[in-house]
Amino acid sequence: MRTSVTGRWALRAVALSGAIFAAAVTTGATLAFAADPVKIGSVVSATGPAAFLGDPEAKTLKLYVEELNKKGGLLGRPVELVLYDDGGDANKARTFATRLVEDDKVIAMVGGTTTGTTMGMIPVFEDAKIPFISLAGAIEIVEPVRAYVFKTPHTDKTACQKIFEDMKAKGITKIGMISGTDGFGKSMRGQCLKVIGDYGITVLADENYGATDSDMTPQLNKIKNTAGIQAVLNPGFGQGPAIVTRNYAQLGIALPLYQSHGVASKSFIDLAGPAAEGVRLPAPALLVVDKLPADDKQKAIGMAYKASYEKAIGQPVSTFGGYAFDGIQLLVKAIETAKSTDPQKIRAAIEGTKDYVGVTGIYTMSATDHLGLGTDSFRMLVIKGGDWVMEAK
Amino acid sequence: MLARVLRSRLATLLFLAAVIAVIPFLAPSAFYLRVAAVVWVFALAALGLTILMGYAGQVSLGHAGFLGIGGYAVAIGPAQFGLHPVLCLGLGAVLAGVIAYLVGRPILRLKGYYLAIATLGFGVILALVFHSESQWTGGPDGMQVARVTLFGWRLSGAANWYWVTGGALLIGAWLALNIGVSPTGRALKALHDSEVAAAGAGIDVGSRKLAAFVIAAVYAAVAGGLMAAMNGLITPDAASFMHSIELVAMVIIGGLGSVLGAVVGAAFLVVLPQALTFMHEYEQAVLGLLIMVFMILLPAGIVPTIRNWLLERLS
Repeated sequence: MRTSVTGRWALRAVALSGAIFAAAVTTGATLAFAADPVKIGSVVSATGPAAFLGDPEAKTLKLYVEELNKKGGLLGRPVELVLYDDGGDANKARTFATRLVEDDKVIAMVGGTTTGTTMGMIPVFEDAKIPFISLAGAIEIVEPVRAYVFKTPHTDKTACQKIFEDMKAKGITKIGMISGTDGFGKSMRGQCLKVIGDYGITVLADENYGATDSDMTPQLNKIKNTAGIQAVLNPGFGQGPAIVTRNYAQLGIALPLYQSHGVASKSFIDLAGPAAEGVRLPAPALLVVDKLPADDKQKAIGMAYKASYEKAIGQPVSTFGGYAFDGIQLLVKAIETAKSTDPQKIRAAIEGTKDYVGVTGIYTMSATDHLGLGTDSFRMLVIKGGDWVMEAK
Repeated sequence: MLARVLRSRLATLLFLAAVIAVIPFLAPSAFYLRVAAVVWVFALAALGLTILMGYAGQVSLGHAGFLGIGGYAVAIGPAQFGLHPVLCLGLGAVLAGVIAYLVGRPILRLKGYYLAIATLGFGVILALVFHSESQWTGGPDGMQVARVTLFGWRLSGAANWYWVTGGALLIGAWLALNIGVSPTGRALKALHDSEVAAAGAGIDVGSRKLAAFVIAAVYAAVAGGLMAAMNGLITPDAASFMHSIELVAMVIIGGLGSVLGAVVGAAFLVVLPQALTFMHEYEQAVLGLLIMVFMILLPAGIVPTIRNWLLERLS
């Protein structure tokens, strides 16, 4: 096909004006909604490498705000969720955070899927004095405590404490450790070593493996041949722990094997196969919500969230969406308590959260604790017959 | 008259300075200044790449690696050695230049696809190092960058950074324009057209290519350092392959070898995702589609196409 010279120029002009139009429409759109609604901001990684975390978070936030508006909104005003996708890029997250604060004028923010994006956004909200409830894992987000920053997911430290509590109750004092060298494994190993002294437990063998290693027999053999070890702990994420579990069974090590909350998903049981029998791990209540006893405090809210999410989205519920659910719930409760949309008052109300029962755990915040979860936010599970079995608390 | 203006280097520089000076008066909020500051930073990195790709015709698919070197220099220097961030910005640029020199010597012997793959591999290695050397780099979650104080004045806020990055871009553009007409620039353009002819004319092809590679690396490192200091954070993601591709896309969309083109290309890829957020799920698809449309209709890039159109009209 041959277009005339003028035709080609016309097409080029169309392309340019199209882009300018797109930009103009957005500027117009942001000007159109000026007043009334309560504006809550969010920046999550709904696409990119962290999408498996960010996507359920985004869906949960949208679903919850929709339901909230059906019930009449907040303080008699509708709620508007301003949601942006950073694609897992900390630089973009920071730009969107600036947009939420400077342009959209949100009164609070629930988001920040990864530790990287959260750390990138913290200064923006701290400078603007607007509450920010993060959905990311690392303990650095709330330690040291920053006035306006909170978070909902439990940390590696809590998981370590839960595991050590369980070991202590069983009289285990000497353990072997085999950790992944990926971000998750490294961070959890560090946190575990920090708190292990509180439980009078010592590590006799401290081994590690690369995230893509396919055989951990040599490391496990070392642990097996170290005298006095009573249990083995494997902080890790992804396929590594499944291989450790299989090698563990092949070597016929009879000691209890503790995995982390990093493998609290069905795919771990599938990957590890029959070798997973008897493996112990801490997991959030949402994973076993159907099996919780009827009098469990978290049963009702967990079942309700699971039912509404699975009905609306048509995908199984995940603990990551649960973090977002608790984040927005905490914020909504705080706005109701403060009876105001003033960020200062909301901040104070979030900090004053007491015994809020969420799907992740039961939150009690304070001026020195902006996470507010104890070890009771985890349940100790044992794998039996290819499924999770609850241990008594 | 206008034709002469379009061809003049000073006019390009004045135009850029005018745009930088005017935006703060038109911006309704500090958010727009933040977006503009990000554009200036990426434009600076793209400027370096346009010298390598546009002038010399050599491809680099690992350029975000140098962005990472600059960023981590500004992060690690103050945190581990107590050095001043401004000094670290310079050290990062020098380090990137030295690394580019050492790596460039062997890989610039390669041509076309082979060069592209070699630079890609180099970028991936750097990203891996930033990812795994966590005692230095903070690992996958990245590391905090101390806030910059200059003569007792604490540099923070979108407006301040707007002027710093805008100034850096102007200096970068001035240098790039001058490199373009220097003996090195002319040699690069000659070898872009034909390496054999250039060598025949007495140009040392190897060392000129290497010079372009080092210059491009230094530009990227300075941009990376500014970005890290502005964000107060650097993550290994800054050095990722996607960012390398983004830089190449900026240069091509704006117009290969055009200084203003690098700025327009950076603006295109930074502003459009912000402008398209109202489309929610379709944002990525529309962005991709727009890039395709622009490349099909304006194959020479936005700036050269407009410039040629104006020149055609005027002659």
